[in-house]
Amino acid sequence: MRGLRDLVGVVVRNRLAAVALVVLGLFLALAVFGDAIAPYGRNEQQVAPRLQPPTWSHPFGADEHGRDLFSRVILGAETSLRVSVVAVGIALLAGVTLGLLAGYYRGWVDDVVMRLMDMLFAFPAILLAIAILAIRGRGAGNAMIAIGIVYTPIFARVTRASVLSVREEVYVRAARSVGAGDLRIVTRHILPNVATPIIVQASISLAFAILAEAALSFLGLGTQRPEPSWGILLSDGRDYVQDAWWLTVFPGLAIFLVVLSLNVVGDALRDALDPRQRSAVESATGAAA
Amino acid sequence: MTAEEARGAGAAAGAGGEPVLAVEDLTVRFATRRGTARVVNGVSWSVAEGETLAVVGESGSGKSVSMLALLGLVPRPPATVTGTARFAGQDLIALPEEALRKVRGPGIGMVFQDPMTSLNPVLTIGRQLTEGMEVHLGLDRKAADDRAAELLDLVGIASPRERLASYPHELSGGMRQRVMLAIALSCRPRVLVADEATTALDVTIQAQIAELVAELQDELGMAVVWITHDLGVVAGIADRVAVMYAGRIVEEGPVDAVYAAPAHPYTQGLLDSLPVLGRPRASLAAIPGLPPDPAALPPGCAFHPRCPIRGDERCATEVPPLRPVGADGHRAAVFYDAVAARGGEATDAIERGAGTGGGA
Repeated sequence: MRGLRDLVGVVVRNRLAAVALVVLGLFLALAVFGDAIAPYGRNEQQVAPRLQPPTWSHPFGADEHGRDLFSRVILGAETSLRVSVVAVGIALLAGVTLGLLAGYYRGWVDDVVMRLMDMLFAFPAILLAIAILAIRGRGAGNAMIAIGIVYTPIFARVTRASVLSVREEVYVRAARSVGAGDLRIVTRHILPNVATPIIVQASISLAFAILAEAALSFLGLGTQRPEPSWGILLSDGRDYVQDAWWLTVFPGLAIFLVVLSLNVVGDALRDALDPRQRSAVESATGAAA
Repeated sequence: MTAEEARGAGAAAGAGGEPVLAVEDLTVRFATRRGTARVVNGVSWSVAEGETLAVVGESGSGKSVSMLALLGLVPRPPATVTGTARFAGQDLIALPEEALRKVRGPGIGMVFQDPMTSLNPVLTIGRQLTEGMEVHLGLDRKAADDRAAELLDLVGIASPRERLASYPHELSGGMRQRVMLAIALSCRPRVLVADEATTALDVTIQAQIAELVAELQDELGMAVVWITHDLGVVAGIADRVAVMYAGRIVEEGPVDAVYAAPAHPYTQGLLDSLPVLGRPRASLAAIPGLPPDPAALPPGCAFHPRCPIRGDERCATEVPPLRPVGADGHRAAVFYDAVAARGGEATDAIERGAGTGGGA
């Protein structure tokens, strides 16, 4: 537990990362408590403010059905974040496991796993997701699985590449020389040493997954209308981009903020997870204080 | 077999001057694109309890690989390992991985060359020290931590309790090598293999580590195999020395005898290339040429292409077997009497060996 507190401490000491963390926290709160926070219901229609520009009562304006965009952006956070987090979670778990196996055992395991990953990787991402959704049926749940499968090869490759170099380290041989078994070596010695690129990859993938969810929803395969997700808001607003800029700008801004924050936090995490960097950061901030 | 049994059997074998570890006709070959690399070619040696064997040779002579092969730490394939290695009543070479894993640590402990890379940078010293104890002795975290602190104290690290929470980058090279030593000792091995354990360190630290190992050896009664290319270090600490060249032992015997009367031209060359304090030289004597490619060893004596003596025509075509050249098992792989071939120069080496020996 102490390690975790240290980690958060180091991330927070980086001011930009602290801001990004707060932004992410806010969006997370929106996702969890959206229904309580949003001033209007998710599909509540009002006749008067159709395509109304931002006003005090409707800060983000209203869409062509007279629905309050502010409320829909808030409520869309839940779908967008859930889909991306679960999708990346699936990709992370599957990809890292496969990458560890392939990189550590080499040989035929490596060949079989990585050729499978190559096959997945050869498809354009969206096309593959569409194919998976065509098999499993549309919907947000299947969109998570589809995006998860699409991103699995990236994690497998990143993990395997790092494992290949780490497994040859002297400390791995040293651990073996005191009798450590495969499981112990992989989980205690290799995984922590390959975590850095994986974490950075995860933060980038979260951002891409939000965009992928938007794309799939735009095609009508992901989140189903009238449920709001940022992707749906964006694609619906596209039709009015000449006349009603707010319909695309505000959902776009939400995506932008989350994606940027994820990248900043990912960066800070990478620094914080490296013990050499950690003491460098500590002494630097200590000197500044 | 449990770790305790392995140690018990090892102790029984070690009693009465019996070798703890006896390696017989060990060969290691690697399949490479250019053909088979014959890295270790029929090496035999043994080490008894409380004894220090130094295995000396330049880079690529097969010293490290032969040790790693004993513990199953060379990847097979591409390597093939043959021969026997008797330890605690079993043959390490034939042992399956699971059984071998129980020998690593409590049976044979190993210290690696580079203290900068042999500790895991993301784990604390404490976690790494307790690893072997968790695997073999089944100690819980608290007991393992206590013992880890004792070990750090044993290898001369100040305030060991606090050090357990340190990361490797917070320690100096000498400190890290002490930690490596503590890790190797954590399961009370019967045999400690120090693979170039002092090579990456400052000369003063080298001496400290070498002395520390000697002290711990007296205290714990283990056998030590000291792999090095530095004859200066060897002179101070070893009982016996085995000189390796191109995967073969070319000379072996009690350290004093080998230093006093090196019989193989390679050993002579190594001793001549040692710098001597207070005796200025224009340049250090080097052995001209390079060690042979293990994938294309010469047909006769592997040292023949570089040999300044070439005292017998069989050197070019036949591999000279080890034969006695002195008392107490001093043997060398030569066809002729090299000391005579070299004239009275052997005395030169005695002084040199003794001089550097005192320094180490």
